[in-house]
Amino acid sequence: MLLSLITFLPLVFALLICLVPKDSWIRPVALVLALVEFAVSLYLFKVFDPAAPGVQLIERMAWVPEAGITYFMAIDGISFWLVLLTTLLTPIAILGSWTSIDNRIKGFHAAVFVLQTSMIGSFLAMDAILFYVFFELSLVPMYFMVGIWGGTRRIYATMKFFIYTMAGSLMMLLAIIYLMFTARDTLGMMTASLLDLYTLKIPFVAGSFLNPQTLLFFAFSLAFAIKVPMFPVHTWLPDAHVEAPTPGSVILAGVMLKMGSYGFLRFVLPLFPEAAEYYAWVFLFLGVVGIIYGALVAMIQPDIKKLVAYSSVSHMGYVMIGLFAMNMYGVTGSVYQMLNHGVSTGALFLLVGMIYERTHSREISKYGGLAKAMPIYTILFIIVTMSSIAVPMTNGFIGEFMILMGTFEASRPFAIAAVTGVVLGAVYMLWMVKRVFFGPEGELVKDEHHPLHDLSVRELVVMAPLIVLIFWMGLFPNHFLNYSKASIANFVENRDNYRLVLDAPATSEKSAATFDVKSDSVAKAGQ
Amino acid sequence: MSNTVLFAILLLAPLIGFLFNGLRWKSHNAYLAGTVATVAAGISFLCSVVLVSKLFGEGAVPAVSAKFYEWMAIGGFNVTAGFVIDHISAIMVLVVTGVGTLIHLFSIGYMSHDERPSKYFAYLNLFLFNMLLLILGENLLLMFVGWEGVGLCSYLLIGFWFSDSEKAAAGMKAFITNRIGDAGFLLGIFTIFFLFGTVNFQEIIGRVSGVPDLTWTGPVTLACLFLFIGATGKSAQIPLYVWLPDAMAGPTPVSALIHAATMVTAGVYMICRLNPLFLMAPNVLNVIAIIGAATAVMAATIGLTQWDIKKVLAYSTVSQLGYMFLACGVGAFGAAMFHLMTHAFFKALMFLGSGSVIHAMEGEQDIRKMGHLKKYLPITHATFFIGWVAIIGMPPFAGFFSKDEILWKAFTSPHGHILLWLAGVIGAVCTAFYMTRLMALTFWGKSRVPESVHPHESPPSMSIPLIILAVLSVVGGWIGIPHALGAILPGHPGNWLEHWLHGVILEPAAHGAHPSATLELALMGVSVSLAALSALLAYNFYVTNPERPAQFVSKIRGLYELVYNKYFVDEFYFARIINPLIDASKGMWAYIDVNFIDKTTYAVSDVVRGMGSAAKSFQNGNLQQYAMYIALGVAVTMFLILR
Repeated sequence: MLLSLITFLPLVFALLICLVPKDSWIRPVALVLALVEFAVSLYLFKVFDPAAPGVQLIERMAWVPEAGITYFMAIDGISFWLVLLTTLLTPIAILGSWTSIDNRIKGFHAAVFVLQTSMIGSFLAMDAILFYVFFELSLVPMYFMVGIWGGTRRIYATMKFFIYTMAGSLMMLLAIIYLMFTARDTLGMMTASLLDLYTLKIPFVAGSFLNPQTLLFFAFSLAFAIKVPMFPVHTWLPDAHVEAPTPGSVILAGVMLKMGSYGFLRFVLPLFPEAAEYYAWVFLFLGVVGIIYGALVAMIQPDIKKLVAYSSVSHMGYVMIGLFAMNMYGVTGSVYQMLNHGVSTGALFLLVGMIYERTHSREISKYGGLAKAMPIYTILFIIVTMSSIAVPMTNGFIGEFMILMGTFEASRPFAIAAVTGVVLGAVYMLWMVKRVFFGPEGELVKDEHHPLHDLSVRELVVMAPLIVLIFWMGLFPNHFLNYSKASIANFVENRDNYRLVLDAPATSEKSAATFDVKSDSVAKAGQ
Repeated sequence: MSNTVLFAILLLAPLIGFLFNGLRWKSHNAYLAGTVATVAAGISFLCSVVLVSKLFGEGAVPAVSAKFYEWMAIGGFNVTAGFVIDHISAIMVLVVTGVGTLIHLFSIGYMSHDERPSKYFAYLNLFLFNMLLLILGENLLLMFVGWEGVGLCSYLLIGFWFSDSEKAAAGMKAFITNRIGDAGFLLGIFTIFFLFGTVNFQEIIGRVSGVPDLTWTGPVTLACLFLFIGATGKSAQIPLYVWLPDAMAGPTPVSALIHAATMVTAGVYMICRLNPLFLMAPNVLNVIAIIGAATAVMAATIGLTQWDIKKVLAYSTVSQLGYMFLACGVGAFGAAMFHLMTHAFFKALMFLGSGSVIHAMEGEQDIRKMGHLKKYLPITHATFFIGWVAIIGMPPFAGFFSKDEILWKAFTSPHGHILLWLAGVIGAVCTAFYMTRLMALTFWGKSRVPESVHPHESPPSMSIPLIILAVLSVVGGWIGIPHALGAILPGHPGNWLEHWLHGVILEPAAHGAHPSATLELALMGVSVSLAALSALLAYNFYVTNPERPAQFVSKIRGLYELVYNKYFVDEFYFARIINPLIDASKGMWAYIDVNFIDKTTYAVSDVVRGMGSAAKSFQNGNLQQYAMYIALGVAVTMFLILR
């Protein structure tokens, strides 16, 4: 029951928040609750077996038996860290928004918890429809977050965000339904469980576009590519980030983008192995374009937050090429990079939020010389910058190195093209750092009516765990990799014949008998 | 003490110094900060001496090493945090910690009036820590960790006085230019890993096949080429040298430590470390030799025209690094290491000397406003004088032995060529000229010091390092006396360095007759006398007839402008690469993101909207309605499934 507890506890918390009588109590209560959730999720360390290659802690029961839809939750080494990242970033986001969110705080914190449930749920769901429900559910609180607590162009940004992601996920829903019917035709029962869907052999014709596997592959890919976001469907992201309040940006960049890359890893690659192999170059190409394009466009942004948003496009490009390198190094690097991006981009958005709270401006040209006015802030910003541009001994290096190495093994030209991102990353970040922190004092910095105060204790507490993680993940990557290794190896080595539960009987009849007694009869009735 | 403990202390002492000073970064106490940092560096030096001593005498081992923990293990890729001192890294670690300690000591006086001395010493210790990782790491990846780490410290120290926009920009330029090299280094690591299945130096060298890769695209050639790209960044070679002259924006001791003696030689060290691999890539060796020779000459010519004391020394450093690469390129890795060491002594000496001058001149760096400083700065002048004799290659000073060895190898090595030798000699002639010019304008001739400035000699904490480095600049070359010369000297001193490096540094297979000692002595005579003539000419120009340079320059105005403006390389990079890239990025953003993708999206959504009047409510921002649509959609889907 642990996984369900972790998933739905925040939903209960959301209700609890609504019952808090006084507004002034909401923040402390929310923070304590988020920490409780984090503590509960830490219990995973005790029960999770890092050596098991398949999924574990399985919870499974019928949900809509008529359609073979199950409530199927399980965890493996790939989702393990993503769940913990979510439970860690939520209290940080709450503490980080302590003073910046000042209206409708009840609704805001309720939305944060609903969002948490939906994100954790999508990392743990092993049933396609269940995943879809969580995946879509995440849109609603995020929509509110940007739409209510966002900046001046928030309605435009929310619409764009909503339409983009909805368009993608509708394609995915169609594809899931198609898969369920395929299962009925070939396995004799309707099912949405990944356990069974992985066993499907979907016809693939190389070179032609109009065949089931290729179409399904692109339908799923579109949905996840928008979420990641990959070039050229990334334009919703900068707008959403710029308008989102700081905690919204932290969660959006820190966790929600990973739902896309995780989707590629959980659905696209194992469900459609032939198509993924055949069209890998498309995604390697778009990933590399994303890395370079994101970096170049980030470079010329006048707004710090937009710069960080475009840097996400670049960083997620790395994640994508690592995944489509489809070897041990690339996939490991990608999984690591998902966590890195959560930590360091989350930290960057928090830092940008802190300065925005003080000056109400994110215009790079209005700053300059900030290092003198806010030295501690500067030190933290530079540490996070180093992590973001993957300087060794920080987390970013491990992920980027592994991804580039995996890509190099898969395709040298793409690796050589992607390596330019190493240079461009330094260009856009350091140029921004130079203009904001160094040089003579800018108009906002020397404003005598509003002297800038360095970070408060609360802000330091917000940053501390992320800074610790930056070095911990950079100096002792094995502490983290050991939990994911077995699952990733299983994925990479058995990509053509991927199974979630290794010791379970491979044939569908038996697995149905073991796990899903009801669906068998129902499937017949359905026919 | 066991090796592991010694290695731990050696590495951690500067790190602890960094943490100590870093945590009290606001403190203004330069003496406390400087003492702690210097002691930390000194402890590292002592530990390296103890460790290196185990390579000597009775019971000598070929290498001492220590392993700490497994850093990364994925698939077949295993990297251990392990460190090793062998005959190559021994030279480097002694130079870095030894010269490093002296420069730390010098900094106490130099930075005593600065606002943030603790921060400065914290960075300096952090640099030393990273440099030690670079030198001692047992595999390419650890070297890369240190490699990027020293780049980061270089960035922080160049931009140490960050309120000055230009200095901050110089730091950024250094980091980014280095990053271009680092990208090449990364590709080199990948090529090597997929070629040999390891990144450990010893294992790589053990697995190098004995057959040279004569192609341009073979894996060994590519690996060496990628690594050399990395070296051109860090060691400031064409085309990536442009950051080093700008790096002089940092405090002068930093220029001495990072941008002359230690960090910038990392590229040479890396190539020497992998010398058996590079020997199997003769094409790459040729590239290295040509780039090295070209850099040596080009930078030396720029040095002829500069007016900033540090800029002259900076171009001199680029030029001397070119010599080291020339040595690598002709397969004379031992000579490269030799010159690396002697250069560390005399260039650190000259940079610290220039620091002493700048300190005395209250921040003035323009040599046109100096002159006759020997009267006020006797110790600085005397030590600088020794550095000057050493760098222009006069026997028996250190620079003579190492530079001559390089020229000799360029002439006789199977990878050598007479043109490479000639380039080396031209470089040496230019070096003698600009260094004499620098000496003359700074210390000799008539005083042009403004009346408001009262030069004064530096305190002992600054002059002691100068004296020690001056001694090393004299005797440092005596460990590598060439056989031809040793044979005619009393006592017949042998070439100790060659013996020391025997076995760890391979010599390219020689063909043809053994070159004669007479030829060696003759070439030696040629290069030394040409350099001496050049120095005399410069003396004549700048001391005896100070009006001559201007007359001469007016005759070759065009050429002079070209060289004085550094061949307009920076301008070229800005006009052809950087600005077009920024414009292209702006264009891309405007056309692709804002105009193309978004407009297409709007068009699509317009079409969708036009499909039904019911869809009008799509854009009213009412969430209940969206929730209703989703619910409706799910219901319809359910119906379809269950029908």
